Amino acid sequence: METVECDVLVIGAGGAGLRAAIEASANGAKTALICKSLLGKAHTVMAEGGIAAALGNVWPEDNWKVHFRDTMRGGKLLNNWRMAQLHAQEAPERVLELEEWGAMFDRTKEGLILQRDFGGHRYARLAHVGDRTGLEMIRTLQNEAVRRGIDVFMECTIQKLFTADGRIAGALGYRRQTGEVILFRATAVVLATGGVGKAWKITSNSWEYTGDGMAMALDAGADLIDMEMVQFHPTGMVWPPSVRGLLVTESVRGDGGTLVNSEGRRFMFDYVPAFFRAETAETEAEADAWYENKKDNRRTPDLLPRDEVARAINAEVKAGRGTPHGGVFLDIASRRSADYIRRRLPSMYVQFKELADVDITAQPMEVGPTCHYIMGGVRVDGDSAASTVPGLYAAGEVAAGLHGANRLGGNSLSDLLVFGRRAGLHAAEYARGKTAAAIDRGQIEAAERRMSAPLERSGGENPYAIHAELQECMQDLVGIIRTESELDEALERIAALRVRLEHVTVPGGRRYNPGWHEAMDLDAMLAIAEVCARAAKERTESRGGHTRSDHPKTDPAWGTVNVVVRRRDGRLSLEREPLSSPPPELAALLADAPAQTKVQPELVEAGPS
Amino acid sequence: MSDRTLRVWRGDAAGGAFRDYTVPTDEGMVVLDVIHRIQATEAPDLAVRWNCKAGKCGSCSAEINGAPKLMCMTRMNTFPEDSEITVAPMRTFPVIQDLVTDVSFNYEKAKTIPAFKPKPKEADGTRRMYQEEVDRVQEFHKCIECFLCQNVCHVIRDHEENKQAFSGPRFFVRLAALEMHPLDANDRTALIRAKHGLGFCNITKCCTEVCPEHIKITDNAIIPLKERMVSEFYDPLAWVKRRLSRSDSGAPAPGAAVGSEEAQGFE
Repeated sequence: METVECDVLVIGAGGAGLRAAIEASANGAKTALICKSLLGKAHTVMAEGGIAAALGNVWPEDNWKVHFRDTMRGGKLLNNWRMAQLHAQEAPERVLELEEWGAMFDRTKEGLILQRDFGGHRYARLAHVGDRTGLEMIRTLQNEAVRRGIDVFMECTIQKLFTADGRIAGALGYRRQTGEVILFRATAVVLATGGVGKAWKITSNSWEYTGDGMAMALDAGADLIDMEMVQFHPTGMVWPPSVRGLLVTESVRGDGGTLVNSEGRRFMFDYVPAFFRAETAETEAEADAWYENKKDNRRTPDLLPRDEVARAINAEVKAGRGTPHGGVFLDIASRRSADYIRRRLPSMYVQFKELADVDITAQPMEVGPTCHYIMGGVRVDGDSAASTVPGLYAAGEVAAGLHGANRLGGNSLSDLLVFGRRAGLHAAEYARGKTAAAIDRGQIEAAERRMSAPLERSGGENPYAIHAELQECMQDLVGIIRTESELDEALERIAALRVRLEHVTVPGGRRYNPGWHEAMDLDAMLAIAEVCARAAKERTESRGGHTRSDHPKTDPAWGTVNVVVRRRDGRLSLEREPLSSPPPELAALLADAPAQTKVQPELVEAGPS
Repeated sequence: MSDRTLRVWRGDAAGGAFRDYTVPTDEGMVVLDVIHRIQATEAPDLAVRWNCKAGKCGSCSAEINGAPKLMCMTRMNTFPEDSEITVAPMRTFPVIQDLVTDVSFNYEKAKTIPAFKPKPKEADGTRRMYQEEVDRVQEFHKCIECFLCQNVCHVIRDHEENKQAFSGPRFFVRLAALEMHPLDANDRTALIRAKHGLGFCNITKCCTEVCPEHIKITDNAIIPLKERMVSEFYDPLAWVKRRLSRSDSGAPAPGAAVGSEEAQGFE
């Protein structure tokens, strides 16, 4: 068996994994970087709008304290305050560092990094390159990783983490191009594997988003938190069916686009919750003026945090005010010049033109919510990104805490940089002077047998059928609006799928076999789908990315606890554990936020009052 | 909706053949959707690379009816209803399985390019660039590394022997981006000719034609690099100046032919 020894094993090569590997390597650790696809193809490449960082280039009034406050309020105060603080403080340095590695962002007239408006951010804050910021970021990090000579294992998938002597010891995976297994003996492991969006039917996520990192962490004994908090991005494409769910960047609204229902009404004005009323425009005139003059005007409700906008669109469509294809209109054509639109949103222009025959400089887009991001994930220490298993770290979407109940747009790319770096740094420090723990031979063999099983069985069903049913189940029963009876039904269906998974069969050999890969991915997807549904059933309130029609109010008692999921002796356990409270100087920054908020019942029911 | 037949190449390094698959298609489908439907119904082991399905990651490159394209951006309705559609792997790279090829050539070449090296900061500690400068380089940063330009470049498409000395259009784009970066202080001029084989390119623009990002590879990257070579290496004044300022540059005497193959070997 191919065996690789390293100090720090980084699993995942999107923004967080690349940044972690760069930092681990810079700190002297022998680093191996695992890449499920080819290098540079990870989901970060699809990020469009920008990186949130209080650089203060456009609005000098902006600073980390305002960013901290926006992040906490966007997350409905369920955030890990320490992560929100470090993130807001360090994001500017991390963005500027990308320039040291060759990144080029759009500029202000003074030649500094230009920043754009986005939902939930008080000031124009997102460093960006048109609408292809993720590409710039991943390519910059990729080039830096190559420059440092980091060992990259492309098209390699990890299926199992090993622990020994109460700490992490390594991982087992396989190389896609040959189908052969590969063992990593590592002193520290950084998970940077992203989320689980591929468990839903309408999703902006690629095939890689299978919850594998979360499932492996759970299996290795780590805690998961906030797994009920799933972000549905308000604007995905809805037509044609083959591109349903594909992301339409929030920059469309940040750059002046507005949401309109089939009656021509800018309906977001009808959905401003009390929590954000004081800082949101009341009239169309004020909203439109805000783009140019933030001192005298308040933010357009089109740029409320994503959870609010997604619920509002959902309600409009349910109330019969949707578009012919079941979305709402997103109009920038009538509000900005064609030149401006093509310059600011070049890839949106191409995406609609080529995939939907829609010219966004002349016609409105049709959009609707799409599963986009999970706020929950591996519970980590705010400073070090360490999980509850010694030697195991997590950064980016696979980790939880920074975003609380709802992530603000633009805070993901900055999360990857800030906590990718911290995870790489602390993993390297942890590994220094230690040797990897010895992995039990029996564990390796058992993991290997489990991986190969679908190839060796015969007469079972196609794994793609199980995946399709899981996606239907999560979409219908664990979607934007949830209720106990549906969550129970979801859990029953997931359990039945798990039984069927044990019998799937795939034809073909080991070499680059997508059916085999799908069968292995389903293992993690089903495990994490179950965790999401269980956590959603546990939280009997509505907050951020979790809305319960049977518990439509936000309950202050739930605002002080995380739902923590663990697996012990093969059984899942769910506990409510208290959040830590911010120190007084940070609490003061949040003081004007009302302690109690209430999701308007009409958002859950039919439409606006 | 209507059934469509796709002829998909199945096989590996040892050989293979086209196989027909007939599956139902829906409105708006792209070729990659049909491939996925084939996987879900008839052939779960049909190998294909893909990620974003939106033309942003450059994973699903293939030759569709002989034309190098991204499968995720090729709409089924661009082909007549009853026409035959063939999908084959990129020819320039060795086949691994079905539509998946070994593109490691590109990742190896990437390692040989001297990285960005920033100039000193401004006196006020900032880095300043202007939008026009950014726009010029951003055209090159749009590259999604689909390697279709590499696939179609005749220098390497049927000439395995040239791969050693020629990096291909994708890396000329990369080199142009670095050379035109207003804050870059690295000098790659000698290397571009010596190691990356710019001279092999005789500007037939095949690369530009297939670029899904519409980067004007030949006009905006390759030709300016060639012009830079000419002024750096073959302008007698520039040559003398360089000899005086940098004794280790290894530049040949003025007058050597641009892009002659003999010139490729010098380091």
